[in-house]
Amino acid sequence: MASSEEDGSAEDKENNKKKTKRPFVTAWLTIYNIVMTAGWMVLAVAMIRFYIQKGTHKGLYKSISRTLKFFQTFALLEIFHCAFGMVRTSVIVTGVQVCSRIFMVWFVTHSIKQIQNEESVLLFLVAWTVTEITRYSFYTFSLLNHLPYFIKWARYNLFIVLYPVGVAGELLTIYAALPYVRKSGMLSVRLPNKYNVSFDYYICLIIVMLSYIPLFPQLFFHMLRQRRKVLHGEVMVEKED
Amino acid sequence: MKHYEVEILCAKTKDKLCFLDKVDPNSTIGEIKAMFHRSHPQWYPARQSIRLDAKGKSLKDEDILQNLPVGTTATLYFRDLGAQISWVTVFLTEYGGPLLLYLMFYFRVPFIYNTKYDFTTSKHWVVHLACMCHSFHYVKRLLETLFVHRFSHGTMPLRNIFKNCTYYWGFSAWMAYYINHPLYTPPAYGEQQVQLALIIFLFCQIGNFSIHIALRNLRPPGSKARKIPYPTKNPFTWLFLLVSCPNYTYEVGSWVGFTLMTQCLPVAFFTLVGFIQMMIWAKGKHRSYLKEFRDYPRLRSPILPFML
Repeated sequence: MASSEEDGSAEDKENNKKKTKRPFVTAWLTIYNIVMTAGWMVLAVAMIRFYIQKGTHKGLYKSISRTLKFFQTFALLEIFHCAFGMVRTSVIVTGVQVCSRIFMVWFVTHSIKQIQNEESVLLFLVAWTVTEITRYSFYTFSLLNHLPYFIKWARYNLFIVLYPVGVAGELLTIYAALPYVRKSGMLSVRLPNKYNVSFDYYICLIIVMLSYIPLFPQLFFHMLRQRRKVLHGEVMVEKED
Repeated sequence: MKHYEVEILCAKTKDKLCFLDKVDPNSTIGEIKAMFHRSHPQWYPARQSIRLDAKGKSLKDEDILQNLPVGTTATLYFRDLGAQISWVTVFLTEYGGPLLLYLMFYFRVPFIYNTKYDFTTSKHWVVHLACMCHSFHYVKRLLETLFVHRFSHGTMPLRNIFKNCTYYWGFSAWMAYYINHPLYTPPAYGEQQVQLALIIFLFCQIGNFSIHIALRNLRPPGSKARKIPYPTKNPFTWLFLLVSCPNYTYEVGSWVGFTLMTQCLPVAFFTLVGFIQMMIWAKGKHRSYLKEFRDYPRLRSPILPFML
C-alpha cells in the first residue's frame, strides 16, 4: 500500500540522540537513505524518458521492472532497521507496509504479465515514485540535521493526493489481474493432497482487495494526525519568536 | 482515628470527578472504587483504574489508603479501562465456539461441502478419532475454566472477546473444514503414525491438566497470593524442574500430536501460531517470576527445556 511513514517529530529527536551515541548506525542509515533516494530518482527519470521517447505507457513497466524490483525489495531492510532499534518505528507497521509493496511488485505485476500495460500500473508507479523520493530525501536530510522546509512540506502534504492515487492504482491493477488468475489457476493448490490443504489465489486477491477497506483509512488518518502535529507545532514556535 | 479525605480526578483532563470525606484510613482501594461507583454508576469497579499519578501504574484493590504515600487529603487519578467482561465469560465463549463448529464440520452440516455429502460421515477412522480428541480438548478446557482455574483479575477489556473468538473460531473452522472434507487424505504412515500421535496427544493432555491442578493448589480459594510452583508427587509436574510454564509446553505438545494425527497443514500452522503466542507469554511470566522471587530456580527456561 503506501510508503512506510514514521512519526516525524519524535523521529527527529531520536535521530539527534542517536547521532551522539551511535555514529555507525547514523552513517549506515544516511547511506541507505541516500541510495534509496537515488534509486527512486533513477526510476523516475527512466519513466519520464520512456514516455517522452515512446509517447505511450505500453512497455514502460517492462523497461523499468528490474530497477523497481531491486529497490523495492531492498526496502525489506527497513524491517531490520526497526527490529534492531536503529529506527524508532513499529516493526509490524513497517513490515505490513513493505510487504504490501513486495506483494504488489512480485505477486501481481511480476507474476501476471498480461496486466503490465494497464494504465493503473502507471498510476501507482507514479504515486510510489514521488512518495519514495520525498520520503527518503526527508530521512536523509533529517539524519544530516539539515531539513529544508519544502521537503518537510512535501512529505506531510503530498500524501493527501498520492496516497489515494496509489491505492486506486493498486486496486485497479489487482482487479484487472483477476480473470487471468482465474484462468491459469496460478499459485493455487487443490484437494486432495498429502497435506490436506487448499489455496485459491483468486480468493486470496479478493481478500487482499477487501483488506484495503479497513487498512487504508487507518493509515491515511494516521498521516493526517502526524501532519497536524508536525506542521501545527511549527506554527506555534514561530508565534513565540 | 483521623479520617481521610479522598479526591478523585480524571487522569486525562484533571477534572474533579468525586470528593469523598470521612474515609477510614484502613479502607482499601477496592472499597474506594465501590464508593466512586456510587457517585458514577456507569463506571463499575472493574473498569476503574485508580493511580497516585495521572500517568502511573494502577493501584491494587488490596492496597490500603493509609499505607500509600498520600497526606490525609489524598488525590487519586482515575482512568476508564473501558467496558469489561469477566474472564469466565470470555473463556466459555472462546472454547464453546470451536467445540460446536468442529462438530458441525464433522457431521457435514449442509452448505459446507457438496450437497451429495450432507450428513454423511468420513470413511477414515482417523477422522473420527480426531473429532474425539478435538472435542475432548475443548470440553476439558471448558471444565477447567469452570472448576479448576483461579483468576487473578476478574475481568478483561470487552474488545478482547472479539479478538480471541476470531482467533479460536476462525482457526478451528479452518482446520475442521479440511479434516472432515470428503477428499481428506489420511496420514502417510498410516496406523503407526496415528497411534504415536494419539499417545503424544493424551500424554500432553494429562500433563497439561496436572499442571493446572498444581497451579490451583498453589493458591488457596479467594486468595491472590503468588508463589513459585514446584514439582509435586505427580510425575507430570516434574517438568517444573526444567520449565517455568509447563502448561504451555504440554499444550504445544498436544497440538503437535494432533498435527501428526491429522497430517493437515492448517493444523500445523495453528500449532505454530499458538506456540509463538505461548512462547511470548511464557517469556513474560518467566521474567516476572525472576523479578519477584530472588530464589527462583536458575535451571528453568520459559517454555522449552534448555532452549526457549
